[in-house]
Amino acid sequence: MSRETILARVKRNVKAAPNRMEAVEARLKGDYAHRADWVAVDAEKLVTTFIEKAEYASASAETVKDDEELVEALARYMRAKNLPFNVRMGADERLSRLPLKKAMIEAKSGIAEDQDEIGLSHAFTGIAETGTLALLSGGDNPSTINFLPANHVVVVKASDIVKTYEDMWARLRAKHPKMLPRTVNLITGPSRSADIEQTLLLGAHGPKSLHILIVQDI
Amino acid sequence: MSVSITSPNFKENAKKALDDVKLQNSRVHIEKGFIGKRSKSIAKVADFEQMREEGRAIKNHVLAHLDIYLEKFEARVKEAGGHVHWAATAEDARKIIAKICKDVNAKSVTKGKSMISEEIGLNSHLEDMGLEVIETDLGEYIIQLRGEHPSHIIAPAVHVSRKDVEAIFREKHTHLDKARVFHQPEDVLAEARAILRSKFQAADVGITGANFLIAETGSAVIVTNEGNGDLTQLLPRVHVAVTSIEKIVPTLDDAAVLMRLLTRSATGQDASVYTTFFTGPRRPEDPDGPEEFHIVLLDNGRSNMLGSEFEEMLRCIRCGACMNHCPVYHAVGGHSYGWVYPGPMGAVLTPSLIGVDKAGHLPNASTFCGRCESVCPVKIPLPKLMRHWREREFERHLTPKAVRFGLAFWAFFARRPRLYNPLARLGMAMLKLLSGGKTRMKTVPLAGGWTKFRDFPVPEGGTFQSQYKKRRKEEGAAQ
Repeated sequence: MSRETILARVKRNVKAAPNRMEAVEARLKGDYAHRADWVAVDAEKLVTTFIEKAEYASASAETVKDDEELVEALARYMRAKNLPFNVRMGADERLSRLPLKKAMIEAKSGIAEDQDEIGLSHAFTGIAETGTLALLSGGDNPSTINFLPANHVVVVKASDIVKTYEDMWARLRAKHPKMLPRTVNLITGPSRSADIEQTLLLGAHGPKSLHILIVQDI
Repeated sequence: MSVSITSPNFKENAKKALDDVKLQNSRVHIEKGFIGKRSKSIAKVADFEQMREEGRAIKNHVLAHLDIYLEKFEARVKEAGGHVHWAATAEDARKIIAKICKDVNAKSVTKGKSMISEEIGLNSHLEDMGLEVIETDLGEYIIQLRGEHPSHIIAPAVHVSRKDVEAIFREKHTHLDKARVFHQPEDVLAEARAILRSKFQAADVGITGANFLIAETGSAVIVTNEGNGDLTQLLPRVHVAVTSIEKIVPTLDDAAVLMRLLTRSATGQDASVYTTFFTGPRRPEDPDGPEEFHIVLLDNGRSNMLGSEFEEMLRCIRCGACMNHCPVYHAVGGHSYGWVYPGPMGAVLTPSLIGVDKAGHLPNASTFCGRCESVCPVKIPLPKLMRHWREREFERHLTPKAVRFGLAFWAFFARRPRLYNPLARLGMAMLKLLSGGKTRMKTVPLAGGWTKFRDFPVPEGGTFQSQYKKRRKEEGAAQ
């Protein structure tokens, strides 16, 4: 059938060489940390670089000291954008322990719905290289929270901001050695489209604003 | 509508395109937009050349071991609970996807942008089965409403003006107030967002492409800015990723290198807004996500390119930089090329997929300026590959008779310098006579086709051969 036909043709046409299988195994186990050196980001300035790159991609970002400041920052953001004091979030313990009630913010849990105005997530890591957030699917943060609500607020710990994609993959492999989660979202800024005369517009299908709260834990 | 191939009519298409005012007005987005954005983003990279070299090395390594990587990828996808389907031809792929949809009684399908789905003519096949197929990438949605095909592999609606987008929305979104005003582009976007949001939620099957396939983890990767690909794969019960066999990369780290090359080369972004890696269907701990995950691996001529003089074309990561920089593409736009893939990469790939007898015009529509090769992130020697197609065409006697005759005529004299030199001198003398003392001629006898659009410069001084001879003599005397 197709599978045999295709593989047979491929095998026939590739160049014969000794140790092809070994070459592949070596490549799959290989260490690519050296590639991180090609990325010119100062290892001392990961948080500031992350903020700079995230803002370049039209996200907004601020640093907070602790859970209380985090909730204050969230309330400020909602007031500035005239949003209802209502967030959708997953089961992430780092979010459910937040004193949201103090700021009169209500939280709904579970998968997101179209009418949700604000999604609240906790990122796995941040990547300073491009101001990117890595979010993993699962009960802690159902992936629909990243896309359906009109606005997205993401919390990330400063200690979880790494320099490059390679650094992030190393952490992910350590956390999920057998198999990746169903969805790994790398998110850089709010949703955008330039399909109308190449004019940049935010909020194509995903959130029209992305606000990042960086917890200074280092 | 099915994909009709008009590549054999490239010359007619191009003529129409040159007279198309709207199309010519849209050129600025490619020339000023994409070119400027790419060079700005590359200037920020310490050593882009090194990145290009690494990208080429990764792809070459995969192609040399493609059979092994395909089997490894398949095994990992299955481990994660996904299904892998192999499609030798476009028809096989259509049948496989149609069956997947039928098996779940699908009524409605949402689509992320996928050039492979264009290549296999998927939409019309599914529509003929009675399914509603909705393109969700805004550019693809616009051209779907207009009954057109993409004119660019990254920006499918780059040829459509804002006025025309508003017009087609007004025409097709009949449930909305006809007299509504679009004050700004945001209003157009908001309308599309609202309509497509309900489609996302209603879909039974979501079909995306895949920019990369990761052998290490059995993951498929999509790169978008809108988030439409993510909603396409998250919300329906079934997710199908239709892609081609050469998209495999060994590891997540290799994907990172290619991502860095892709986004800068395509739109001048350091990173796309959404780069998503999906592995298998939803897990027990996932409250959302598809219950079924299918990968359809398409061959459709690619395995035959391996080991051939066109193998290097398989490195292509579909960034669009080549067409963004191509003066021919600027002049005639994507639709002139007559099928799915335009510009330089289309000129090389299309003959491989549909035959040089149908697509022979495409590699001939090039001056070999080389800009495409200089911007290709994986260093594909596009002009060389186009030349190979011209050679193949010539061998098969597909080149037009007039061209063959002209080449044979010239070759006869070029092989005989003793005839060539005096005849060249005679020709030059005649042109000088006909020019009437001017430096340019608006028409030249027997060269009307050429001088219709250009002036011919009148030869000055002697022939190259005579000047060369003279100088050698002078140099010899000086010693």
